Amino acid sequence: MISGIPLSDVLLVSGGLFVIGLAGALLRRNAITIFLSIELMMNGANLALLGYGAALHSLEGQIVVFFVIAIAAAEASVGLAIFVALFRHTETIDVNEIHLLKW
Amino acid sequence: MNVPLWLVPALPLAGFLICGVLGKKLGKSFVSAVGVGSVGLATVAAYSRLLPFVFGSRAPVVETVGGWIAAGSFSVDIAFRLDALSALMTSFVTFVGFWIHVYSIGYMRHDESDAGYARYFAYLNLFMFSMLTLVLAQNFLLLFVGWEGVGLCSYLLIGYYYEREYAAAAGKKAFVVNRIGDFGFLLGMFGLFGLFQSLDFDRVFSTAAADPARYAPFLTVVALCLFVGAVGKSAQVPLYVWLPDAMAGPTPVSALIHAATMVTAGVYIVTRCNVLFRLAPDAMAVVAVIGAITAIFAAVIALAQNDIKKVLAYSTVSQLGYMFLACGVGAYVAGMFHVMTHAFFKACLFLGSGSVIHAMGGEQDMRKMGGLKSKLPLTYWTFLIATLALAGIPPLAGFFSKDTILAGVFEHQRYVLWGIGIVTAGLTAFYMFRLVSLTFEGKFRGTHEQEHHLHESPPSMTTPLLILAALSVIGGFVGVPKVIREVFGSAREQNAIERFLSPIFVPLEESVEHALGAGTEWLLIAISVVAAVTGLLLGWNWYAKQDGRIPARIAATFPTLYELVEDKFDVDEAYDFLFVRPFNWLARMLWKVVDVLIIDGLLNAGAFLVELTGDLLRFLQTGNVRNYALTFFLGVVGLLLIVIGFTY
Repeated sequence: MISGIPLSDVLLVSGGLFVIGLAGALLRRNAITIFLSIELMMNGANLALLGYGAALHSLEGQIVVFFVIAIAAAEASVGLAIFVALFRHTETIDVNEIHLLKW
Repeated sequence: MNVPLWLVPALPLAGFLICGVLGKKLGKSFVSAVGVGSVGLATVAAYSRLLPFVFGSRAPVVETVGGWIAAGSFSVDIAFRLDALSALMTSFVTFVGFWIHVYSIGYMRHDESDAGYARYFAYLNLFMFSMLTLVLAQNFLLLFVGWEGVGLCSYLLIGYYYEREYAAAAGKKAFVVNRIGDFGFLLGMFGLFGLFQSLDFDRVFSTAAADPARYAPFLTVVALCLFVGAVGKSAQVPLYVWLPDAMAGPTPVSALIHAATMVTAGVYIVTRCNVLFRLAPDAMAVVAVIGAITAIFAAVIALAQNDIKKVLAYSTVSQLGYMFLACGVGAYVAGMFHVMTHAFFKACLFLGSGSVIHAMGGEQDMRKMGGLKSKLPLTYWTFLIATLALAGIPPLAGFFSKDTILAGVFEHQRYVLWGIGIVTAGLTAFYMFRLVSLTFEGKFRGTHEQEHHLHESPPSMTTPLLILAALSVIGGFVGVPKVIREVFGSAREQNAIERFLSPIFVPLEESVEHALGAGTEWLLIAISVVAAVTGLLLGWNWYAKQDGRIPARIAATFPTLYELVEDKFDVDEAYDFLFVRPFNWLARMLWKVVDVLIIDGLLNAGAFLVELTGDLLRFLQTGNVRNYALTFFLGVVGLLLIVIGFTY
């Protein structure tokens, strides 16, 4: 599928996605945006897995990616449910406003 | 009719429980009936055993109620003993105790609420139970139960008027000082068990007597420990300080506990353990010297007291000193004889003083009395008889017992102690006649209101006075010395009380008795009578005839000395300085330094350290999700770097 594209390019894109996701997760304040950023990081990781799978002629990379997608879906449903509950409770999803555990 | 011995102490115990639990609700008449009735029944029960004993074979009886403690080789039974010594003690403890209970009805009736009245009789019954347990016990541990019980009742009754601060303090003082003595007694018991593997009287005494050479060295220590207990309980120097303060209790209590019965427990234990003491001559010497010092010391203090009960209290201390002096020289019979006669006349004196205080509306200062002779005739005459008995005027009870003691001391060649005894006899007569003169002779010195109030006490109070006065007259005839009996044609070697008590002395190999010649004995009698009469006449003349001018002049000439005597030689202050304050200081230091500073400090330091760590570490917890994510990320980076570092 991705034959012809050198592994290094795949890894570059994958790393780029991961870093963009990380930056979003660390810097944004909207919980949903953070959530999306985390999805982005996971997809970066997925891409790296696919790239290695193709380079090594192994199916295992693709299998792991399926697991990741499945878990990400489950996580999305749980996470969004939390956000809805949170919003009902505090009327905000700005993570800076949500610091009940703070000293 | 053979009443079991345990019933004798059990009856007052039942009285205590009934008065204590139900007395408040059922009122004074009920309490009087139960409180006095239980002791009356105990007296009947005791005499139903005593009379057959005295007129029978006089063989010691031991009645075991049951086992009490059994642990390994240590075993103690609840067992009671009836022998000559316990019979003698029981006879007057129950009898005098009963009449003092009767007296208490009249004395306490007006003053107290129903609850106070019930409390009073409950304590008094508990005391009778403890005292009878003490004298009837067959082993040291059961005796110790009674020993501690009488101490407790003493504390409770001294502090009976607990709303008065000095009464509560006096109770505490008595308890603490007694505890010091009891500690010695406990040590003595440990020593006895260590030596003999038993606390049973028969076992201990027969084992000790069988092999004196083996036990004698240890017995000195054990006997001295037991004597420390006796010193505490019987108010001897240096632990006598509690007894004068004990007068803060109601007067019948002073008569019963602090004159007639409890304070003689020390003499009883020394006599009971006569085998141990006779095997330890050094201990006996200590007993004799302590007794003599106490006798004269307390008599001197009594000279300058103005509180009628304080004089009697110091007199009691002094007379107890006589008893120990007798025991210390080996004249145990004389000691017990004096215990008995003293119980009669001192109880009579205290009850008489109670009658006076009752009539004076609570006044105890003799300087505000005077001239009560005509107002309280019965009290006066009984008081006078008891005073003469205490002073040792023949043929009253005190004369015979005191003379027997002094003859015994002389016989054992303790001439210095004998001299002290004679001087004390003179002092005793003097201060007692000072008391009588100040109280009953001359003019009334109190207020008009008090004078108007003066009245003879009710029959419930005067009857005990009459009976005890009668006993003060005739009580001495059981112990008439041989020389006097010979005049009346009695040929027996020993008098009644010597014959009666002789079985309690296990024969030991002792030095030969120095029997006194008849002439010497007559001389001794003459000297003691002269001393007593001199003191008596001086007291009478100085205080009744001359209104105390001479003593006032003496006091003015030697103001420092007089003040010292009046302040009881400042012994309380010295003890306060030497023991109470250092202990207070120590306690305060243990509290402020060891407890608060060191122990609490260590705990608080630990807590503070934890809190400080938490204070610092909590800054890591921002509560901000992104900070956690960043930390997480940095952690992963760090881990990766480590992995890379290890790989390459």
